[in-house]
Amino acid sequence: MLSYIARRLVIAIPTLILVSIFVFVLQKLLPGDPALVLAGEERDPAVLEFIREKYRLNDPIIYQYFYWMKAMLQGDLGISLRTNLPVTELIADKLPVTIQLAVMAMIIAFAIGIPAGILSAVRKGTAIDYIANFVALSGLSIPNFWLGIMLIMLVSVQLGWLPASGYESPFVDPLKSLQTMIMPAFVLGTALAATLMRHTRSAMLGVLKADYVRTARAKGLLENVVILKHAFRNALLPIVTLSALLFGELLAGAVLTEQIFTIPGFGKLIVDAVFTRDYAVVQGVVMCTAAGFILMNLIADVLYFLLNPRMRSSL
Amino acid sequence: MSAVTTAADPAEETIRLESRAWKKLKANKSALFGFIIVAFFIGIAVAAPVLPIADPLATDWGAVRKAPSAAHWLGTDEIGRDILSRMIWGAQASLMAGVVSVLIAVLIGVPFGLLSGYFGGWTDQAISRVTDALLATPFLILAIALAAFLGPSLTNAMIAIGLSAMPIFVRLTRGQVLSVKTEDYVEGARAIGLSHVAIMSRYILPNVFAPVLVQATLTVATAIIAEASLSFLGLGQQAPAPSWGSMLNVAKNFMTQAPWMAWWPGAAIFLVVLGFNLLGDGLRDALDPRES
Amino acid sequence: MRKHFLAALLLSATTLATAAHAADLRIGLQDDADVLDPDQSRTFVGRIVYTSLCDKLVDITPDLETIPQLATGWSWSDDGKVLTMDLREGVTFHDGTPFDAEAVKANIERSKNLPESRRKSEVKSIESVEVSGPLQVKFTLTAPDATLLAQFADRAGMMLSPTAAEAAGADFGNNPVCSGPFKFVERVQQDRIVLSKFDDYWNKDAINFDTVTFLPIPDTTVRLANLRSGDIDMLERLAATDVASVKGDDSLGFAEAVSLGYQGITVNINNGEKGDNPFGNDPKIRQAFSLSLDRDAINQVVFEGAFAPGNQPFPPTSPWFDKDYPVPARDVEKAKALLKEAGYDSLDVEVQVANNPVQTQMMQVVQSMAAEAGFNVKLKSMEFASLLADQSAGNYQASQVGWSGRVDPDGNIHQFMTCKGGINDSKVCIPEVDKLLDEARQSNDTATRKAKYDEARDILIKELPIIYLYHPTWIWALSGKLDGFTAYPDGMIRLENVKFK
Repeated sequence: MLSYIARRLVIAIPTLILVSIFVFVLQKLLPGDPALVLAGEERDPAVLEFIREKYRLNDPIIYQYFYWMKAMLQGDLGISLRTNLPVTELIADKLPVTIQLAVMAMIIAFAIGIPAGILSAVRKGTAIDYIANFVALSGLSIPNFWLGIMLIMLVSVQLGWLPASGYESPFVDPLKSLQTMIMPAFVLGTALAATLMRHTRSAMLGVLKADYVRTARAKGLLENVVILKHAFRNALLPIVTLSALLFGELLAGAVLTEQIFTIPGFGKLIVDAVFTRDYAVVQGVVMCTAAGFILMNLIADVLYFLLNPRMRSSL
Repeated sequence: MSAVTTAADPAEETIRLESRAWKKLKANKSALFGFIIVAFFIGIAVAAPVLPIADPLATDWGAVRKAPSAAHWLGTDEIGRDILSRMIWGAQASLMAGVVSVLIAVLIGVPFGLLSGYFGGWTDQAISRVTDALLATPFLILAIALAAFLGPSLTNAMIAIGLSAMPIFVRLTRGQVLSVKTEDYVEGARAIGLSHVAIMSRYILPNVFAPVLVQATLTVATAIIAEASLSFLGLGQQAPAPSWGSMLNVAKNFMTQAPWMAWWPGAAIFLVVLGFNLLGDGLRDALDPRES
Repeated sequence: MRKHFLAALLLSATTLATAAHAADLRIGLQDDADVLDPDQSRTFVGRIVYTSLCDKLVDITPDLETIPQLATGWSWSDDGKVLTMDLREGVTFHDGTPFDAEAVKANIERSKNLPESRRKSEVKSIESVEVSGPLQVKFTLTAPDATLLAQFADRAGMMLSPTAAEAAGADFGNNPVCSGPFKFVERVQQDRIVLSKFDDYWNKDAINFDTVTFLPIPDTTVRLANLRSGDIDMLERLAATDVASVKGDDSLGFAEAVSLGYQGITVNINNGEKGDNPFGNDPKIRQAFSLSLDRDAINQVVFEGAFAPGNQPFPPTSPWFDKDYPVPARDVEKAKALLKEAGYDSLDVEVQVANNPVQTQMMQVVQSMAAEAGFNVKLKSMEFASLLADQSAGNYQASQVGWSGRVDPDGNIHQFMTCKGGINDSKVCIPEVDKLLDEARQSNDTATRKAKYDEARDILIKELPIIYLYHPTWIWALSGKLDGFTAYPDGMIRLENVKFK
């Protein structure tokens, strides 16, 4: 097991290096001069030159890349051109926000997706199954940002029930935090719920056909006990690994949702950074999400091994 | 994922699978429903030039942001253009974006996947690592950066979405190739000295076809949403030409004064994406050789 | 520091919820501010925050008269090269450092010398600062500079605590220390900036809030929703299309002032090869373009009449506006005739425009108006960062851009229209205009200056390097409980005498 994890981690290194090259080359190709954006309306030539010098924008690209890599290996992601703050500090500020959003979205997704998936598997072929499937597909098909705007209009503007934007840390004001996050979490959660529901359904269908479920039924156990204790527990494996993957995607996938609800998380940080050519921030955040994504992938695979008795014994 | 396991002639098997699949697909009501939705939107998109609708670019300053009425069934937009007409012309842009970007993804992704799976070794390592890296880079961020790099336009948005969606097809194809590469008929073909190109095109590619078709249909759905997202950020279709995403981008500024501007494009995106998803699901069930 | 604040906030949130709210003002801004260092800052919203955080040497009235703030009086030498300022007594910075002539000297030198300073061009004319008394400074200039006082009414005149500035250097913005009515408490990037009342403020009786929180909320609809729900107490830059609904709402207040800035189309006249085309070469064609536009209709269609149509760098309401050239009415026939005279029945023009919905909408209206006179306008949407780069490099034919505006008229015209102007992107170069604009800069007499600007306008109105379209109006929406707010044409939010009813 450990050697497997080690091997995966070693493979992650070239992947991350490639990501770093992608993001670096890509944004160096972006038209637009960050110095022009940052110099202010007057675009004083002295200021332009100073900015280019300070952020080494005049150096050959390959040098710039190595400066960045070298600093990154020492845990320094550079300074945001736009705000003058260390990128590590910005990330440390924003990551908890996005994680909170992701966790809440996952909770909502579980609460809807798993019961719906079980139900539709157990009632396969009935109206319930079709409706659940259709609702799930609808959840997948609604553009997130549209759902977000519509919810803001309905819940915040028309009904005035929840704030339309903003963020409060749960450690400062848990209630307010919940109020500001519940809508965006719901928007993200619906799409995830759909994916979870579909996977739960197919995992359950596979398990319900298995011998041990038949045996349990034959022993005369209550249907609910059979479903929850015997079938669902075994269907859990793909669901858990899928969840880890979905969580990894959420870290970077909340871009538009954060934008619409004005949540100061990762997604908003990076969109603003791309548009203002804040190189260091784009680079730092992409590296961070890529690492997170790879890590969640690894966790998914490890969980798969750990939870699967057959796999475990084969190691 | 192993598609064909015991067949003597994969080509014949593919044909049989296809005719069986077609029957199954027709019997699947929700897939049929999806097909009807998709066909409807493709129909109006293609027919846009001949439909008796207003000029999608004609402005009317006397009718700015008017609610739906007999004259303008879906209302008018921020500079008095007919929304129905813009929805229909916008269908062209949105569907094109979905289909073309997926074509780009398939045309690049499948060959790389073939190479990676077929040759293995260093080729595989190199392609796999690049694919991993692309997958690890957040999709929308990659697309935003690409669209910003290429300049905001519908074509560039399609390229950006296509490139971002490409890794899925590399992985999918590679997996398919690995599962059939060791089959007897492939080994046999190699033994009689057929060229790599011949083996790949005659024996391997047909096995890749079904899963790629399913994935492509589902990815069209994602790509339409991606185009809408990019347009929503101002990086897709550019004014004055309409696309559903760019219509939404404008509409969000008039949510209180003219909510209908946001209803229609949102609903259209939802419907057409739902259609592609239903169709993709149906295709998957129909083409899956495990279930009969 | 931060923990402390969190604890305080927790307390206020739970036990004093209503009482605390009574004196906490929450303001919705359109963007997040950049670095909170007046010497390094470049954003408009940054200036809004400074207005509460950092006092300036002088301030302006809503009519753009210069009035005392930290300086109580000033006088010019006869040759216009020495400005003597008397400073307010008993002022301290938020860290307790006293405000005096030495502090002023240190601040001006920081603006001039800090490598990161964005203020260098604004204080360029100052040769030296002399401490002529504990509360008196003399600025010696290289040449007379009528714009200097207006610069002192903005970021260049903001006084930072010299102690704090010395200690923090270029990192001053992480914890700014000034002498304004509110002091810095905390900032969360893209989320909030919190200030609290400074108890030793020299004018503290005019201040009625315990804390001020600035919240960046970019979406105008969402910003308004927050105001209606009571989550914020006021917002800046209400969308023009929301004016009617806010005015119709008895629970909301409303304030507006025509801004000092403008929006227009900059034409590439001589900025590289791309300036060499009929539109850039022949002023008649630009006049035709300008005449093809119904500026009033643009204002009505796009901004529901809330903005001010314009044809000069100053709005028609400004004392600097040249009344000889009122905003022209649309005349398609004359436009066609002019175009014909220049040798064309129709002409292709490519205009780049920032890819935001409002500017795009406005340019689509321009596009369809100009079409009737024979102009085939192609809109090239670009991200703002790319647009700026292309415009400055001369890689454009025409470009829709604006200027946020300056208190002194010089700031709206000199750097755009003089041959060596720093942001003269059209690269228009007319020696006569250069001469007039330089002279206008060197006189302290308003009438003389006005005459020079009018004379320059006689030339520029025919050349049209920038086709001016309209002047935005700053629009604020306020909670009905808020009282005493005054709108200023510089768009700043001054909190003196503002209070909850």
